[in-house]
Amino acid sequence: MQVDAALRRPRRLSGEGTWQVGGLLIACAIALPIVAVAWLAIFPSENIWPHLFETVLWGYIDTTLRLMLGVAIGSVVIGVGTAWLVTTTEFPGRRVFQWALMLPLAAPTYIVAYVYTDLLEFAGPLQSALRAMFGWQSARDYWFPEIRTVGGAIVMMTLTLYPYVYLLSRAAFLEQAGVTREVSRTLGAGPWQTFFRVALPLARPAVVVGMTLALMETLNDFGTVDFFAVRTLTAGVFNVWLTMGNVGGGAQIALVMLGFVVLLILLERLERRRRRYHALATRHRRANRQRLGPRTRWATMAACLAPVILGFLIPGAILLRNAVLFAEESWSSRFPDFAINSLLLAGGAAILCVVLATFLAYAVRLRGGAVLSGAARVASLGYAVPGAVLALGILIPFGAFDNAFDGWMRDTLGVSTGLLLSGTVAAVMFAYVVRFFALSYGALESGLGRIKPSMEMAARTLGEGPAGTLFRVHLPLMKGTLLTTALLIFVDVMKELPATLLLRPFNFDTLATYVYQFGSSEQLELSSLGALSIVVAGLVPVILLNRMVARDPSEVI
Amino acid sequence: MSGGRVGRGIAALVLLALAAIGSAAHAADEVNVYSYRQPFLIQPMFDAFTRETGIKVNVVFAEKGLVERLKAEGRNSPADLIFTVDIGRLADAVAGGVTQAVQNDTLESVVPASMRDPAGHWFGITQRARVIYASKDRVPLDEARALTYEGLADPKWRGRICTRAGDHAYNVALIAAMIDKHGEEDAKGWLAGLRDNLARKPQGNDRAQVKAIMEGQCDLALGNHYYYALMLQNEEQSAWAASANIIFPDQDGDGAHMNISGIAMTRAAPHRENAVKLMEFLVGDLAQKMYAEQNNEYPLRAGVEPSGLLQSFGDFKRADQSLADVAAKRPLAIRLVNEVHYNAGPSS
Repeated sequence: MQVDAALRRPRRLSGEGTWQVGGLLIACAIALPIVAVAWLAIFPSENIWPHLFETVLWGYIDTTLRLMLGVAIGSVVIGVGTAWLVTTTEFPGRRVFQWALMLPLAAPTYIVAYVYTDLLEFAGPLQSALRAMFGWQSARDYWFPEIRTVGGAIVMMTLTLYPYVYLLSRAAFLEQAGVTREVSRTLGAGPWQTFFRVALPLARPAVVVGMTLALMETLNDFGTVDFFAVRTLTAGVFNVWLTMGNVGGGAQIALVMLGFVVLLILLERLERRRRRYHALATRHRRANRQRLGPRTRWATMAACLAPVILGFLIPGAILLRNAVLFAEESWSSRFPDFAINSLLLAGGAAILCVVLATFLAYAVRLRGGAVLSGAARVASLGYAVPGAVLALGILIPFGAFDNAFDGWMRDTLGVSTGLLLSGTVAAVMFAYVVRFFALSYGALESGLGRIKPSMEMAARTLGEGPAGTLFRVHLPLMKGTLLTTALLIFVDVMKELPATLLLRPFNFDTLATYVYQFGSSEQLELSSLGALSIVVAGLVPVILLNRMVARDPSEVI
Repeated sequence: MSGGRVGRGIAALVLLALAAIGSAAHAADEVNVYSYRQPFLIQPMFDAFTRETGIKVNVVFAEKGLVERLKAEGRNSPADLIFTVDIGRLADAVAGGVTQAVQNDTLESVVPASMRDPAGHWFGITQRARVIYASKDRVPLDEARALTYEGLADPKWRGRICTRAGDHAYNVALIAAMIDKHGEEDAKGWLAGLRDNLARKPQGNDRAQVKAIMEGQCDLALGNHYYYALMLQNEEQSAWAASANIIFPDQDGDGAHMNISGIAMTRAAPHRENAVKLMEFLVGDLAQKMYAEQNNEYPLRAGVEPSGLLQSFGDFKRADQSLADVAAKRPLAIRLVNEVHYNAGPSS
C-alpha cells in the first residue's frame, strides 16, 4: 500500500538532505556581504569609539531609539488598524482601500520628505496661507510644528513604511479562518476583545515581521535623516567612513546598528517563546464582514483615507504639479530605457528573492537545526545595513574573487579574464537579493508558520516527498503571502538607490538613480518627473495584483 | 501549476532579465570615468570631448564608495579617471592608493599650483567659493562687505546665522581651512562661537539657508556661490535670492575660501592616453567655458571668463590656501564638529 511505502521510506532518501545543503548554500551566499562588513570592522584605521563616546554617541543612540520607537508605534497602529478594518468590516470604498492603502510604499521616503518640507516650512503655501488669514507677520507670532526634527522624520517614515505592516497583517487576517472570529463573537467577546484577544495574537508573527521591516528601513535610511539633520547612527557611519576616512570604524557602527535589530528580534522571540500560531485551518469560509452603523462607517472611512491622503495623494499631487511645470527640462529621451532597466531588475529580484527565500524557509521548516536557522538569521540582516555599506560588503568579496580568478588564469593559461562579477548587473542583482532577503524570508517564514504541521504530515503520509508537499500543499495555501512578498520587493527595488549607484556598470541608469542626480543637487523640481514615474511603475503591480485578487474568491492577495 | 513548469519559467525570466540589461560598452576608443558629480552636470563636456576626439566617455556616478570600489577592483579596474567635487574625496583617493601621478605640461601650466597635488595625483578643474549670504533688509551692505569667516563667531550675530549641518562636506572643508589657518584650539573656539550664533539647529541644504533669510529666521547664512546663480535662474526661487546679498568674505584679508571640482587618474587606468586627453580637454578653453556657463563655477584657466551672472557678483579675492593642506585637516574638522556639538544647534 502506498501509505505504508511512504512510512517505510528512510528519511535520507526522501530528499530532505538536498534541502538542507541547498538551504545552507543560499544562506551562506546571502550572508557573505554581512561577513565582509564584519571583516572591514576588524581593521579600523583608528579607534573612533573614545571620541564618539565623549561627544556624539549618546545623541546618536538617543535619536536612533526615539526614531525607531516612533516609527514602530506609528506603523503598527496605522498598519494593523487599517488592515483589520478592511478585512473585517464593510464600508463604502473598502475594495478600493484594500489596495490604495499600499500606495504610499511606492514613493521614496526622501522624496516625500522633500515634498513635505516645501509644503510645511515657513515660506511654504500652508504657513503663508495661515499668516495671510490671521494677519501674522513673522514666525514669532504663532506656533507651527517644525518639520525638520525627529518628530518630522517619524511622521515621514511612518507614512511611507506603514504599508509593510499593513500588507503582512492583512495577509495574516485574511488567512485566519473566519470561524475563529465567529467563535470568539459567539462566546460573547465584542469586536475589540476579538481583535485584541484572538485576531491580533494570531497575527502577531506577521505584524512583528512587518514592524521589523519598517524598523530596518528606518535604520538604513540616510536621505531623509540627512535632509532633516536628524543625527542617527547612520549619520555616524558616514561621518566616520567618508569624512574621517575610516571605513573600518564606519563598519563598526553599522554592526552596532545590526546589534539593535538582533536584540529586538531576540526580545520578541523570547517573549513569544514556544507559542506557535497555526491557523485552525486555512481556506475556510470567510467570516461575514461586520456592517457598520452610519457614524462608525464614516469614521472607518476617514481612518483608512487619512494615510492614503497623507502618504500618497498629497506628495503625488505635488510631484505631478512639478512634473508638469518642469516637464521639458526633466524629460530625457533615455527615460524609457531607465524604466525598462528598473522594471526588469525589480521583477527579476522579486522572483529571485521569493524563490530563494521559499527554498530556505522550507528547508528550515523541514528540519531546522541550529546551523541552518542561524545562517538564515544572519542572511536576513542585510536589510538593516545602510545600502552603501552593504554595497561595500559586495564589492570586497566580488573584487577578491575576480582578481584571484584573473591571477590564476594569468598564471596558468596566460589570459586575463579581468573583472567577471564586479561592475556588472549581476552584482547589482545580488545586492538586491541580499538587501531584500529579510523581506521575503520573514514574510514567507511567517506564512509557512501559519500552516499546521499536520497538513504536511498528511501529505507526506500520503506519499508526497518534500518538494511535492511544498508545491501541492504549502505554496497554494500561501499564494497571498507569495504575491504580497513579491510586490514588496518589486516596489523596494524600484526605489533602491545606494547599492545600485555604487555597483552598477558604466552608463547604466535606473529611474531611481536618474531621479537621484537631481534630488542630490537640490533640484526637487527636476527630479519630480522621475520620482512620479517610480510611483507609477510601483502602481502597476499593485493594480495587477488587485485584479488577480478580484478574480480569486479566496481574496488573499 | 506543477513545480517543474514554475521552476523553468522563473529561470527563463531571470535569464531574460539579466541578458536584456547586461550591455556594457566595450569599444576600444573609450575612457572610463568614476564620477562623484551628477551626470547631468558633466555630460555636456563629455559629449563635446567625444565630438572632438571620437573617444567615448563611459560614466558611473555614485556619491559614496567609489574609492572602495577601485580598491576592490584592484589592477583589473576598468576606470581611468575619478571625477569629483570637494578636495576631501580627492585626498581620500590618494590616501587609498588608487591614484597615480600624472606629469603633464598642459595641466601644470593651466592649473595653479595651490589647486593641484604637488605630486601630480590630482588636478583642480573649476573653483567654487564658500560665501556668506546677508539679508538685504537687516544687514547693511557696508557691514556685510566687511564680513570675515572669523567674524561669524562675533556675539553681535547671536541668534542670527543659519547653516546646513556641520558634518556636510562643504562645511567640513571650511572648518578644515580654519584649522589650517589658525590651529586647532582657535578653530574650535571659533566653531563654538559660530554655533552659539546659530538661529536654529543646522538643517536643510545650502538653498534652504537663503530661504530662511527671506523668511526672517536668520540674517546671515553660509552657502556655496553657485546656488545664488541657480536660484536667480529659477522662477520660484529668485525671490529667495533677491532677499539676500552674496558676500565674498575676508576681502581685506586672505580672501574667500575656495574648493574645487577636480580629477585624478586611477592607478589601474587601462586607457591612460585617452584619460590624459580628457584631462587636457577639461582644462581647455571650450570645456572651461562650458563649465562656467552651465554650472556657474569659476574656471581655473586664466583668460576664461566666468558666466555673465557670476561676473555680476563682482570680482573678488580668493584665498590661496593649499588645498592639500586643507584636506589633511578634514578628520580633525569633523572631530571639532562633534566636540562642540555643532549639529545640536545654539541651545547646547
